[in-house]
Amino acid sequence: MSIDNKTVRKVSKLAKIRINEQEEKKLIEELNNILGWVDELKKVDTEKIEPMLSVFNESMVMRRDEVFSETSDELVLKNAPESKSGFFVVPKVVE
Amino acid sequence: MSYLIDGKTGKWELVMGLEVHAQIKSNSKLFSKASTFWGGKPNSQVELVDSGMPGALPVINEYCVDQAIKTGLSLNAKINKKSIFDRKNYFYPDLPQGYQISQFEHPIVGNGFLVIETEDGQKRIGITRIHLEQDAGKSIHDQDNQNSFIDLNRSGCALMEIVSEPDLNSPQEAAQYVKKLRAILRCIGSCDGNMERGNLRADVNVSVRKPGQKLGTRCEIKNVNSIKFIQQAIEYESRRQVELIENGQNISQETRLFDPNNGETRTMRGKEESHDYRYFPDPDLPPLVVNDDRIEKIKNELPELPDEKKKRFKEQYKLKDYDAEILVEDQFVSSFFEELAEKRDSKIVVSWVTVELFSYLKKKDAQLQDSKIKSKKIGDLLDLIINGSISNRQAKEIFEEYIETDLEASDFIKKKGVKQVSDKSEIEALIKSVLQKNVEMVNDYKKGKDKLFGFFVGQVMKESKGKANPQLVNQVLKDLLSK
Amino acid sequence: MTDFKNLDISTAKECLLKKEFSSLELTEFFIDRIKKSNLNCFITNTFENAIEMAKESDKKISRNREIRDLEGIPIGMKDLFCTKGVRTTAGSKILENFVPFYESTVSNNLISDGAVILGKTNMDEFAMGSANTTSFFGNVINPLKSSEENTKDLVPGGSSGGSASSVAANLCMAATGSDTGGSIRQPASFCGLVGLKPTYGRCSRFGMIAFASSLDQAGPITKTVKDAALMLQSMSSYDEKDSTSSRKPIPQYLDFLNFDIRGKKIGLPTEYKVEGLNSDIVKVWDDTINLFKKNGAEIVNISLPHTSFALPTYYIIAPAEASANLARYDGVKYGFRENSDDLEDMYELTRAKGFGDEVKRRLMIGTYVLSAGYYDAYYLKALKVRQLISDDFKSAFEKCDVILTPTTPNVAFPIGEKQNDPIEMYLNDVLTVPASLAGLPAISVTAGKNSNNLPIGMQVIGRPFDEISILAAGKLIEEYRSFL
Repeated sequence: MSIDNKTVRKVSKLAKIRINEQEEKKLIEELNNILGWVDELKKVDTEKIEPMLSVFNESMVMRRDEVFSETSDELVLKNAPESKSGFFVVPKVVE
Repeated sequence: MSYLIDGKTGKWELVMGLEVHAQIKSNSKLFSKASTFWGGKPNSQVELVDSGMPGALPVINEYCVDQAIKTGLSLNAKINKKSIFDRKNYFYPDLPQGYQISQFEHPIVGNGFLVIETEDGQKRIGITRIHLEQDAGKSIHDQDNQNSFIDLNRSGCALMEIVSEPDLNSPQEAAQYVKKLRAILRCIGSCDGNMERGNLRADVNVSVRKPGQKLGTRCEIKNVNSIKFIQQAIEYESRRQVELIENGQNISQETRLFDPNNGETRTMRGKEESHDYRYFPDPDLPPLVVNDDRIEKIKNELPELPDEKKKRFKEQYKLKDYDAEILVEDQFVSSFFEELAEKRDSKIVVSWVTVELFSYLKKKDAQLQDSKIKSKKIGDLLDLIINGSISNRQAKEIFEEYIETDLEASDFIKKKGVKQVSDKSEIEALIKSVLQKNVEMVNDYKKGKDKLFGFFVGQVMKESKGKANPQLVNQVLKDLLSK
Repeated sequence: MTDFKNLDISTAKECLLKKEFSSLELTEFFIDRIKKSNLNCFITNTFENAIEMAKESDKKISRNREIRDLEGIPIGMKDLFCTKGVRTTAGSKILENFVPFYESTVSNNLISDGAVILGKTNMDEFAMGSANTTSFFGNVINPLKSSEENTKDLVPGGSSGGSASSVAANLCMAATGSDTGGSIRQPASFCGLVGLKPTYGRCSRFGMIAFASSLDQAGPITKTVKDAALMLQSMSSYDEKDSTSSRKPIPQYLDFLNFDIRGKKIGLPTEYKVEGLNSDIVKVWDDTINLFKKNGAEIVNISLPHTSFALPTYYIIAPAEASANLARYDGVKYGFRENSDDLEDMYELTRAKGFGDEVKRRLMIGTYVLSAGYYDAYYLKALKVRQLISDDFKSAFEKCDVILTPTTPNVAFPIGEKQNDPIEMYLNDVLTVPASLAGLPAISVTAGKNSNNLPIGMQVIGRPFDEISILAAGKLIEEYRSFL
């Protein structure tokens, strides 16, 4: 599988990273190299192997349904690039 | 199939599946300890996970898991003992992590069904699955020309996504399905089912086809938040699709929005173009494993479900199908009814609850649960009807005022001067006087003009200014006329 | 001012308790050195806090009350750990001004144990790098020099480059690191130190900025094996805020001192004699093997057949997880934002300008391998190979108690090298990544030096939660390396 400029553009849209033409060219080359390299994996027979989701094999601990707050609206908004009247502010979303 | 759409080229059949998002009624969120309280100050119920802070990690709320299991059991569904949380990746300002924690390939609940009443009798609607996921925050788009505002209080609240099979074939069926589902959720207490607050909302997948043909391309109408809107949206969307196809155009599979202002659906803009959500197992969360004991315990604690209750109501209280159905739709209403019907004639009770009380609530745009009306309040009034102190009609006349007063029923009717004449001799005197005034008619009646009976009753009631006990009038009148 | 260079934690602790010097003196000594250093080890200094903490420790010591395990010990904190009220950047422009209002569990544990935090150490951006050349805050320089004349500055390794360099340069007594594919062990090796990556789940990930959640694990970088045990003791805890935090009991790590290596089986994986493995390193490896033999350990050859697939597997899984973990940096809630009237522009420009090249490259790869049509071929395949790699270790540990390998295929290289080809840089991690994929504990201890006097680290990999054995094996290497 090789990556062309259409794919790179699609992926950059999905990843929400703007790239210019020059970067696009460079990325096509680099990504193809990396993917060519990871294609090594095709050599491994994994037909009967289950995917390993995690190395952690203890059961998940569930918490009780209790409310506890370590934050406040002030703290939550403290690092916001833009906020107003207690809300985060972003460029208008068109639905 | 009773519901068909008339097109230029013939009849069309409607095929629909619903994805209902039900917010779990829990104190804290699915993966954080933040409160789920509705109506708080913006961004005041936001813990680290809910705002996607760097280094934040999710920890699952046991209660929410139990509610999903409970819901699954109530929908006759298979509970999956091992389920997996996945990340659903997309960018949106009210999705702070840049992904939603959801369940993709391995949901907690598998196949089930529920039964709805249709014109053609009962119909079983398949449930494909139920999975647990995080709700998004709220975006406010209409306050400013340049900006949208984001409140994350809802972000991370627990949702159950309840996915139906494409078994629904009319707007009414869709409405019945949502009503029934809501009744079940409310009955078991897993969700408030308050559509106005958005804690129950539906995505409707609509497609049309000529009867017998293969399934058409579907469009998904997102986030419809009332039963009325669901019906309107389906009606509009199915017609739109029929018209498009009949004009030789194709339906493009897309996400649409319903606009309640004009009753139309439209393409949703700004949604991620490609819908490539790149689901993958969330490495922050081990598999969710529930054991048999847990499932068994929840099963044993299940309350009587609407269908069982309906069956019981029909037998125990001799109710009609329709009455039983509307009484069991709301857990609160059905207990209210039972409290009243315990020592009273269920006929009077059912009519007072489903007619008088419901129309009063509708007028006030209120839910019984929130209305503070106690069953005793209604019961006291019904007792006055039953013991003949006032007539049914009198009770209806004063009902609204009575509901809003703090006075006891007996004090209230005293104050209003409402009472019923139930003294037999008094009524006899009244009737005699009416009969004397209408001797000719009495003769006609005796010759067989039965209809005149009603006339005599009317006259007696008029004479008594409505205060005579109608049952007694009927009875005494019959006696006197037969002499 | 007393010279506190080359002082280890346990000695310092003894001296503090005997009041031979105060924590304040110790702290000021390091502050002074940091101020004079030009290695770019720290992104943010917290000197004022540090002085307060040191004074607090001195008070406790003078009252001889409530003295904690790391009382008054000045350390560096990798800038991946969120620190309450102290800027935390993960080495990225996108978090240049981010000040957390919460404390990571690891930093909280250390602070609660009396450690004095001198500042936040430099690192590769979001821990993505093996040379500490991807930080928005500039390269970190390794204090060690090649004995060749007029050589260039060397990289400290990465991603915990600032932590390693600062410990090596005596700017602090120890530092925290995080290891996803080698980010503790590789810089420890490059800087002549001890680096320990615990078993996955041993240290809480809460408040540690995520790179690849199924691999990330915090651990210490120290001068000695004993210090590593002391630091690890404090950093480890069961944390209910992390669903992947282990509930297994935490041993007393200093017990490794009583651990007898005699009769233990040391596994040598044949597959680790990778292509391009430096000959000096091969020699030190052999010497170390002999050392174990001499001390009564049994050497067994083992096979980890899927070793060569570990790196490609890692470079699918880690970027895939990262692509989701770093989606939150979108200019909405915190961090850098490139303003625009259009939401899409805001997102794309914020992320284009806020992330550096290596991060963007990995996010692109990660997004690609998860996208429709490629998921099965790449991501799912990698998860399956990961299982095979993990199974390899499981069978190997039926035959041996610990596994001995070199930490890196090469010694520290000059800054600027291996920058043109990402894969060449990735190959640095070829020997550390397999243990990461299997979630196993591994330690890197300096075992010798090359002909240019640059340190060579040996890696000891243990069974899950058997940190004691790798500490003991590391201790042996440390004790006898003078033979070189």
